[in-house]
Amino acid sequence: MNETVLSIAGLRLSRPGRALISGLDLCVERGEFVALMGLSGGGKTTLLRAIVALEPFEAGLIQVAGTCLRPGPLPAQSQLGGLRRGVGIVFQFHHLFAHLTALENVTLAPIHVGHVAREAAERRARELLESLGVLARANALPSQLSGGEAQRVAIARALATDPALLLLDEPTASLDPARREELGASLRMLQANGRTLLVTTHDHAFVRQFASRVAILADGVVVDQGDTAHVLDHSRHPATRQLLQSTPRAGRPSPAP
Amino acid sequence: MVATPLVVALSWSGLLVTPSLLAQTSVPRVELRWGGDAEGGAPFVEADPANPSVLRGFDVEVAALIAHDLGMTPRFVQVAWSSIDASVARGDFDIGMSGVEDRPARRRLFAVTIPYFEFREILTVRAAERQRYSTLASLRGRRVGTLGGTQAYEMLLEAESVHGVLPVSYDDDVHPYTDLAEGRLDAVLLDNIIAARSVRRTPGLATVDAPAGTGHYVGVLAPQQSTLRHRVDDVLRAAMADGRLEQIYRRWNIWDAQQAAFFRRTLASGAAGTQGRAEAAGPGGLLEATRRYLPALLKASLITIVLSCLSMALAVTVGIGVATGRVYGGAWPRRALTAYVEATRGTPVLLQLFVLYYGLSSLVRLPAFVAACVGLGVNYAAYESEIYRGALQAVPAGQLEAARTLGLSEVQTLRLVRGPQAFRLALAPMTNDFVALLKDSSLVSVITVIELTKQTSIFAANIGSWILPGSLCAAMYLAMSLPLSRLARRLERRWQVTER
Repeated sequence: MNETVLSIAGLRLSRPGRALISGLDLCVERGEFVALMGLSGGGKTTLLRAIVALEPFEAGLIQVAGTCLRPGPLPAQSQLGGLRRGVGIVFQFHHLFAHLTALENVTLAPIHVGHVAREAAERRARELLESLGVLARANALPSQLSGGEAQRVAIARALATDPALLLLDEPTASLDPARREELGASLRMLQANGRTLLVTTHDHAFVRQFASRVAILADGVVVDQGDTAHVLDHSRHPATRQLLQSTPRAGRPSPAP
Repeated sequence: MVATPLVVALSWSGLLVTPSLLAQTSVPRVELRWGGDAEGGAPFVEADPANPSVLRGFDVEVAALIAHDLGMTPRFVQVAWSSIDASVARGDFDIGMSGVEDRPARRRLFAVTIPYFEFREILTVRAAERQRYSTLASLRGRRVGTLGGTQAYEMLLEAESVHGVLPVSYDDDVHPYTDLAEGRLDAVLLDNIIAARSVRRTPGLATVDAPAGTGHYVGVLAPQQSTLRHRVDDVLRAAMADGRLEQIYRRWNIWDAQQAAFFRRTLASGAAGTQGRAEAAGPGGLLEATRRYLPALLKASLITIVLSCLSMALAVTVGIGVATGRVYGGAWPRRALTAYVEATRGTPVLLQLFVLYYGLSSLVRLPAFVAACVGLGVNYAAYESEIYRGALQAVPAGQLEAARTLGLSEVQTLRLVRGPQAFRLALAPMTNDFVALLKDSSLVSVITVIELTKQTSIFAANIGSWILPGSLCAAMYLAMSLPLSRLARRLERRWQVTER
């Protein structure tokens, strides 16, 4: 009994003089943990930004959380209530609110958008921070957090409004192996609780260990996708093979010869 | 005209090759440099309307008479009326004389000539109220204006404690009368010459016949110039005796029976003709004067603080509005706000205060303090808005996008994320501006608000020295601005914003 949480059809998006996404199709079902892999500059981040209505696009359709995004200028924020409630995003550089503590970062949206009472919002925020192992840093400012701590606070902030779909942009890029294990375990736990995850990464060891499905992005389209093991071990697609030849630990593909 | 630069160049080169500059100092000087304020106007000193490069007035003629009898050539040196004493003391000219009053403090600190003119302190009121306000005593609770730093102002201060009148000090002798006509004042107390001139100029005013007091004009010289002073005294006495001074006064329509009596008294009594004149300000030492002025200085510094705080609050409020409009607004509001900012920053605040208080007084009659707050506030709002605009634009885009993806509306993003972060960025330049505003608040004395600097200059004029009042005044400004800077540094440390 599959339910489609995110459906992208024929998406085209370009910057002046350069096509970033050229006719991309992608579907994500409820409860999946999808890894989106591709070379740097391949449009992975842009795709995530388009899903949360931060990037306008020229053609195609994005259906997510009961909202239908169409080509043209971005819709007004007031028309995106469903999207905002249904989709959370963790940016690669976190973008935690610099003037607020970790706890205040997490409670801001529940209090001011969800109209949850401050006390209840703080209780829930503490639970989230605790489950992610950063409760001790609740009163720290973002500038006082380490990269890994900031990431976990950012995840807690994205989860505070209880979105069905969580997007994470390059969450493994700045983590050492031990931290990467912890992150994977946390995301697995979220998945077990019924949450849907779409994660961009270069790290195929991480993908192999945690993701349920892989989509390979090359030249602005999804060129290859399927079960993690199948794609990583058996795919003959040149883009996939090239991607897998790069060193996983470096977090970045080796330059093309 | 074409030859002018060449001529100038030649004369300069002449100066360089001949020792004429050195020679000048050894030759006895034949010029009598006399200082006065041509802004004071007729009949004292004014530029001839027919030929503005020529001066005329009875003071001009008296100076010419003195110079002539001393065998010298008069040369006029323009100086602000309130700075005549300080300027003669530092040697800018030999004698200051355009309506310079004979006052005890001046006598104590300078070489002062014998009085050469006796004036009456005259009340001017609106014609309809001439019967009602005929004496200072009848003006209890009423605003009475005059020129600051004068004998008339001292009289008003005394009348404040005795009769409860409300003295208002002006920096010039024209605006008290226009303000009287417009209802901002109920009376003006000034010399009969000025009163007569102003009643002629401004319709609807009338002078009260009975004088509120008398005073005298003198020439003021540096204290070490007593020899020159004696020679000037001799010239003046001779000119009183032979009728030449009378001729001058008749030409300027200021000769009357009172003047004749004054001349007779002066000639009969010898040198110190008016030494015994009654005067509000007693002598007393420096300490005594300080003790007397300290409460006024403290009150004035309170006005400076309150004025600065209110103006800054207005500047911050308007500045936030303008900055928000310029960042978020449409094309036309943006253009209008930009025009406001450029016009305000590009013109002197002094001019803005004048226009607001005097220029617009036919449309809206703002009380002086309100006009001061509004003028400074609106002026500083332009600077504040630029700071806030820069700060708003300096908040990283990632912060705004994070707020958007969490579902915050545009207004909430501004209020909860962008605004607070911009405020922290703006804090240091804002503190700078507040300190600057604290000092710029001294400009409002031109629209009759007596704040710390004005009160200090009144104090200094009265005791004839800037050293003690200046130090006190500086200490008070520092006492206001230093804690402010310290507070700002503390807040800045606490609110340091760095996005990682």
